[in-house]
Amino acid sequence: MPPLLQLDRVTIRFGGLTAVSEVSATVDERELVGLIGPNGAGKTTLFNMVTGVYQPTAGSIAFDGLPTEGLRPFDLTARGIARTFQNIRLFPSLTVFDNVRVAFHLHLRHDATHSLTRGRKFQTEETELRERTRDLLGIFGLERVQDEPAKSLPYGDQRRLEIVRALATRPKLLLLDEPAAGMNPAEKVELMKLIQFIQEKFKLAILLVEHDMKVVMGICQRIHVLEYGRKIAEGTPAEIRADPAVIAAYLGQEHG
Amino acid sequence: MPPRSQLWLLAALALAGVVSAFSGRLDSYVLDVAMGVGINIVLAVSLNLINGFTGQFSLGHAGFMAVGAYTSAMLTTTLGTKLGGSPALLQWVLFPASLLLGGLLAALAGLAVGAPSLRLKGDYLAIVTLGFGEIIKVVLQNVDAVGGARGLIGVPAYTDLFWTFGAAAVTVYAVWGLLNSAYGRGFLAVADDEVAAEAMGLDTTRYKITAFVVGSFFAGVAGGLYAHLKGYLNPGGFDFNKSIEIVVMVILGGMGRHVGVIIAAVLLGVLSETLRSFGDYRMIIYSLLLIVLMLTRPQGLFIWPLWKKKST
Repeated sequence: MPPLLQLDRVTIRFGGLTAVSEVSATVDERELVGLIGPNGAGKTTLFNMVTGVYQPTAGSIAFDGLPTEGLRPFDLTARGIARTFQNIRLFPSLTVFDNVRVAFHLHLRHDATHSLTRGRKFQTEETELRERTRDLLGIFGLERVQDEPAKSLPYGDQRRLEIVRALATRPKLLLLDEPAAGMNPAEKVELMKLIQFIQEKFKLAILLVEHDMKVVMGICQRIHVLEYGRKIAEGTPAEIRADPAVIAAYLGQEHG
Repeated sequence: MPPRSQLWLLAALALAGVVSAFSGRLDSYVLDVAMGVGINIVLAVSLNLINGFTGQFSLGHAGFMAVGAYTSAMLTTTLGTKLGGSPALLQWVLFPASLLLGGLLAALAGLAVGAPSLRLKGDYLAIVTLGFGEIIKVVLQNVDAVGGARGLIGVPAYTDLFWTFGAAAVTVYAVWGLLNSAYGRGFLAVADDEVAAEAMGLDTTRYKITAFVVGSFFAGVAGGLYAHLKGYLNPGGFDFNKSIEIVVMVILGGMGRHVGVIIAAVLLGVLSETLRSFGDYRMIIYSLLLIVLMLTRPQGLFIWPLWKKKST
């Protein structure tokens, strides 16, 4: 079976700067993969290419066996890639409920005209969707705050809501961009449990960009390591921990 | 059983019809102001869809109004005499058809203006629509077939209370209906964060164009009503000031609020009439009022917890 996500010698240049250079990597179905590297290694840039925000200068990306070249972010979301952002990007003035409801819309048939005619089919679909939204919020304990505007939630809940909203698009691959940023150790433990729970419950693949080694080493099945836009290592957490190139990248080279 | 929102619409239309039937007893000046208020509501609510709910900034609403006004006025003045027919027939068949056509042409103009400029992020739309409004005005001033700078005269007075408030009710229903669905919440999402909206699978350009075209359509309908209320069209009446007047209604009512914007449309319509007795000082008082209001209530006049948005 081909991998769910396949990067083949992906390169992107911004003017004279090569942010990502010839990176090849794969994510299999229902696999939890980590992507680590020092600051500025090109992790988020790689994310943005996978989600269609940037187009690679060279190389190719395939998702679910099909090339993603030229597709815009919403096309890719429709094909099954969902993401969260490094700096949380909710719809701040919308309620918690509506944040998730909007994301569900992707799999509906109705549009502007149906919103105006409000026929029977439209109404059943809307009711069904409301129930599904409530269920999903319930799984993550957010139903109590569903009528609050998203911006009024505490930080941890906003992070959680962003993940829930991404799940509402029914992805096959979920990209999490530094979900542990700004969390204390106790919250990080919670987050690790949450990520594993999601992967099992929703049967999806997760690509996790993270700075926090404990989080990545603790839950990922496989890890890719980037440095200065190049991939320097790939392997299980144990292999990565012992890899001399990775140690050098993180702790510095030993001289003499 | 139709949904409750449609029952409300029917009730509003029926009410407009009943009030209109007894409008003969009203003072003609009061009637005139009331119809102006109805047209204001159509304009403000439709612009609110673009500027308020979808977070774009159009400065050309008067331009789309002009497209609708001239289209529908040309239709009734030229076809009306040719068709002959009873006045009632003309008012109940030809007039609504002309309003619809005016709206459609305005929507088409909206598509032509919006499709290229809404792909861009930022303030491009404001500049492009500002230019569009001016172009329309200049074109109308120079086309003799529509009266040129002298204006178009002899437009039949078909507009009455039923048509103005009927149109207002339909506009409110359409904008409300469009927004109150899982699909419709996408407009608000686009206003909040375009990048996140794209990542959630929303085609943001399509949403923005939809809002713009629907808003332009109702601006065109309002133009048609205006033409058949005044009986006379002058290109200068659809200038930048008119667009600003509509923008002010939306801002005062609170961008992206249903009830507030309707109240603002009513208040500003009545206010500009009452201030008429101050003669030349009218615009000074009007501007001062706006400055004070903007300083004291920048979030809009009619916002209090009573109308807090709920996820119903």
